Amino acid sequence: MDENVIDVRKLSKVYSSGFQALNQVDLQIKRGEIFALLGPNGAGKTTLISIICGLVNVGQGQVLVGGFDVVKQFRQARKQIGLVPQELSIDIFETVWRTLVFSRGVFGKPPNDDYLETILKSLSLWDKRHSKIQSLSGGMKRRVLIAKALAHEPEVLFLDEPTAGVDVELRRDMWLMVEKLRRTGVTIILTTHYIDEAEELADRIGIINRGEILLVDHKWDLMKKLGRKQLILQLQSPIGHLPDELSEFVLHIGAEGKTLTYDYDDNQPSNHVTEVLAAVHRSGIALSDVQTKQSTLEEIFVSLLEETR
Amino acid sequence: MNWYAIKAIYLSELHRSWRTPLQSIASPVLSTSLYFIVFGSAIGSAITDISGVSYGAFIIPGLIMLMVLTESTSNASFGIYMPKWSGAIYEVLSAPVSAFEIVIGYVGAAATKSLILAGLILLTARLFVDYSILHPFWMLLFLMLTCITFSLLGFILGLLADGFEKLQVIPLMVVTPLAFLGGTFYSISMLPDFWQKVTLFNPVVYLVSGFRWSFYGTADVSVTASLVMISVFLLSFLLFIAWIFKTGYKVKV
Repeated sequence: MDENVIDVRKLSKVYSSGFQALNQVDLQIKRGEIFALLGPNGAGKTTLISIICGLVNVGQGQVLVGGFDVVKQFRQARKQIGLVPQELSIDIFETVWRTLVFSRGVFGKPPNDDYLETILKSLSLWDKRHSKIQSLSGGMKRRVLIAKALAHEPEVLFLDEPTAGVDVELRRDMWLMVEKLRRTGVTIILTTHYIDEAEELADRIGIINRGEILLVDHKWDLMKKLGRKQLILQLQSPIGHLPDELSEFVLHIGAEGKTLTYDYDDNQPSNHVTEVLAAVHRSGIALSDVQTKQSTLEEIFVSLLEETR
Repeated sequence: MNWYAIKAIYLSELHRSWRTPLQSIASPVLSTSLYFIVFGSAIGSAITDISGVSYGAFIIPGLIMLMVLTESTSNASFGIYMPKWSGAIYEVLSAPVSAFEIVIGYVGAAATKSLILAGLILLTARLFVDYSILHPFWMLLFLMLTCITFSLLGFILGLLADGFEKLQVIPLMVVTPLAFLGGTFYSISMLPDFWQKVTLFNPVVYLVSGFRWSFYGTADVSVTASLVMISVFLLSFLLFIAWIFKTGYKVKV
């Protein structure tokens, strides 16, 4: 079995307005992984997903899903895909059960009430199966969209901003559900604005901006490679300026002069942490606490985008 | 062929109509029955027979055509426009279904609804007027072809529309006037010569004429011309839909 369940090759897309949404995008997504695609608004995330799912015409390039071309072999390709759109796009006058039966059928699967029951139960929707969708809360509607996307037993699930506008509790529920799905072997590709979501869930992360993939890497490798560490020294008494003993280091005095911060790269053996602490000791500054802090994915993301501006 | 998909779309569309029985079934049957009462029983009794057929019986095929044209067009256009409007169309567009299968599902359901309505109106007409069907096979064929053809037209309108108002423009401003002026309530031989010639440019004349022939054996234009005309419509609409899906016009970007 091909290791890459999604294979995007040199994909470009220019809309009729002239806007270039994607430019020579290459992206491979491995079977069974959770892949987070991050990018600011208008970066090309939804266009990329829409092309893979068949909602937007391919411009130039090729997209394979499970080894099948999404244009020439669209049936085989699309059978493997489930899509949870960003908007609550659903027939609100239909019941939960009927909308699931429709979703399964339209993807060419024979009826299987037992399977649909399992999905509804796993998403805590079983009690609502005879309810009209219009009577459900926003969070419940989003769960229905997920149930619809899973109704035909897809191998790849696209979640386009799955937790946009949902409350904290539902967001946590979604994360648990994604973890549960991963254990069943479903490949999950999610786009999100919430960097902490990607940090929590994803195995690998891709960052896209202005239609170009800036980088793709394993989450921990990314944080290790591009992440920075900070040494934060809490002072017993405030200082107004750096003593001479510390002048050779780049140290920042914090608010009210009560902290000193030193940025370093923990991948480098010669990161001078020991020397900084020794110099602080020599200067006679009394410390009340010492902390280290790893830069977050969000900080890495922001700095990457700033670099490409 | 993705038969499960066709079945899913078809049943879902039929179910949508049954959710609103007053609007989908009772309303068209009632309004057509009013025509029977007013034009067939009341005014019709004062009008002489046309080609040996009582006026009340004469208007039955025309009234069924009038209802079939408007209902097929509006049902099919609404059926595809609603998911477009709500965004739920994403599911069908991302499913492993071809354009042809989508058309069979949506148009098949709209045509089925029109066929059922036509049957109900035929039964209702029996309450007011005595009529016979001389060529039942041809009657059914004309009816089915018309239901399918105008459901295809409705499907096109639904795909192209970008607002509820535009959805209604063609059915209200084009289809209904053409149906009224297409010999629903009269034989075109009753018109002055000049207007008889003008009327021949109205495509609905051929549909009503052929359908009326299947009932009473009398027609304003030849049956062959009626069949050719409806076939031309059907093929043209099919080709236009194929073009829409191929280019993605108003469907995909």
